[in-house]
Amino acid sequence: MMARQSLFERLRHDKRAAIAATVLMGLALAVFPFVIGSSLGNSWLRIIDFAMLYIMLALGLNIVVGFAGLLDMGYIAFYAVGAYLYALLASPHFGLHLPVWLIIPAGAALAGLFGALLGAPTLRLRGDYLAIVTLGFGEIVRIFMNNLNAPINITNGPQGISGIDPIHLGGITLAKPLTFLGYAIPSLHAYYYLFLALALLIVFVTIRLENSRIGRAWVAIREDEIAAKACGINTRNIKLLAFTMGASFGGVAGGLFAGFQGFVSPESFNLMESVMVLCMVVLGGMGNIPGVILGGILLTILPEVFRHGAGPLQIAVFGKILLDPEALRMLLFGLALVVVMLYRPAGLWPSTTRRREFRGESATDVLKEGE
Amino acid sequence: MLEVTGLRVAYGGIQAVRGITFHVEQGEMVALIGANGAGKTSTLKALSRLLNAAGGSVRYCGKEISALEPHQLVSEGIALVPEGRGVFPRMNILENLLMGAYSRQDKAGIAADSAHVFSLFPRLEERAQQLAGTLSGGEQQMLAIGRALMSRPKLLLLDEPSMGLAPLMVQKIFEVIRAVAEEGMTVLLVEQNAKLALEVSQRGYVMESGEITLTDESSKLLANPRVREAYLGE
Repeated sequence: MMARQSLFERLRHDKRAAIAATVLMGLALAVFPFVIGSSLGNSWLRIIDFAMLYIMLALGLNIVVGFAGLLDMGYIAFYAVGAYLYALLASPHFGLHLPVWLIIPAGAALAGLFGALLGAPTLRLRGDYLAIVTLGFGEIVRIFMNNLNAPINITNGPQGISGIDPIHLGGITLAKPLTFLGYAIPSLHAYYYLFLALALLIVFVTIRLENSRIGRAWVAIREDEIAAKACGINTRNIKLLAFTMGASFGGVAGGLFAGFQGFVSPESFNLMESVMVLCMVVLGGMGNIPGVILGGILLTILPEVFRHGAGPLQIAVFGKILLDPEALRMLLFGLALVVVMLYRPAGLWPSTTRRREFRGESATDVLKEGE
Repeated sequence: MLEVTGLRVAYGGIQAVRGITFHVEQGEMVALIGANGAGKTSTLKALSRLLNAAGGSVRYCGKEISALEPHQLVSEGIALVPEGRGVFPRMNILENLLMGAYSRQDKAGIAADSAHVFSLFPRLEERAQQLAGTLSGGEQQMLAIGRALMSRPKLLLLDEPSMGLAPLMVQKIFEVIRAVAEEGMTVLLVEQNAKLALEVSQRGYVMESGEITLTDESSKLLANPRVREAYLGE
């Protein structure tokens, strides 16, 4: 713990070390898909790509739950809105094939609008009550997707929409291997780079938000809403902004998901998905950006590790498969959640707030930081 | 500076404040005293717009403010120290104070005012990095008052600053309230501790079951046999 903290401190003060660390990190992220692809195969690369999408979702939900303290149990609805918008505007379903640079921002905007729609009637609710309303909202969106195939077929109902255009920019499509400086970049790698770039953008935006006036207002509302009002914070607008910003991140991730998967159906947006994203935020460390990213990665990868590992392990130990790995996967996953929550209730990587008082910064430092 | 006319507050069918009229002049400290459930806090909540009034008018510097939103009052120059203190527990003292200056942009002024708050409450400066949730009740009350001052208000509304505090701490808090008032701040003090409130204020109003039953200069209220009997335990 101390070593990690002092490493961060050093990076904060030593510019050259910080640049070196950034370059190393960038190189590691750049070669990462090739390492995974050649060692573990393409199925793992797909999982890594999904981890990027879940990081975006978890960061979006973290704004609502972690920063503003509003428990949202229907967050996956915004992912659905982004995904369906992409599916409707770039597939043979309506015969529309709009460009990606138009659809993804439109998905962010529409999801943001849905976020405001959810936020406006629930402004007075908190905690359990808000959780129930948002849970209902998430289900309403999913059920709409399921049933909007009659009398006019908009969403194609439970069959979902298939044949969605892959993500393509200009003349380049990510569905086929790209050649870059004579090297072939397989499709999954290309998606990885795109998702990584957007995830980094969302990380950047979130960090900026956290340290802004708005970010501090969110935290104030989380801590004490009446006091926040007494400090002159327009709690209504600031809460709506949290819902809108969080939802728009979900909309971006949804659009990318639709293009990546080539198929969307209401099944992908059920309550379990909302719970999963919420688990990423809580397990990683609510309100702490690195923690939430860690949560997103771990909760995407862990179930797959259990799925892939449980079968071979049983054969090695018992000589045959006793328990279906699929069933075992959720069991182990649930167990992991319980263990983490018991031993690290604040999350795997909680925010520094609790540690700050021991750090002993001078008052003037914080005053400057606070500006 | 503040003129309240016929203010009514109701929770469902129950009238908590039944059309009260009072005023606060520029530069004076006015105490609103009364027993538990007399409607003091409801009055203050209606003034600070945390509650919707059922009727009546509230004029501040000649302007009707009963339709403004709570956050707008801060930029008008009204600051509330909420009942039960309401500090931000997971922010440190300095961050709490800076939240009080949320509506302001002038960095130099904010730094000067936080230095001023620290001079009023040296104990807060010693613990500037400590999380507010780990402070004692009295320190939290100091912080809540300090935070309200950070918006550089013209009118300070104090809701039960003595609540749940040790007698010694109450004395300290009231010394500071007096000091703030002596700097020219207009203060409306809602308080159950009638003796203390009347000792620091110039005028007082006595509230009983949602109505103002008595008003006078504080020194005269302190001498009033009815007040002595009902609120000073004699």
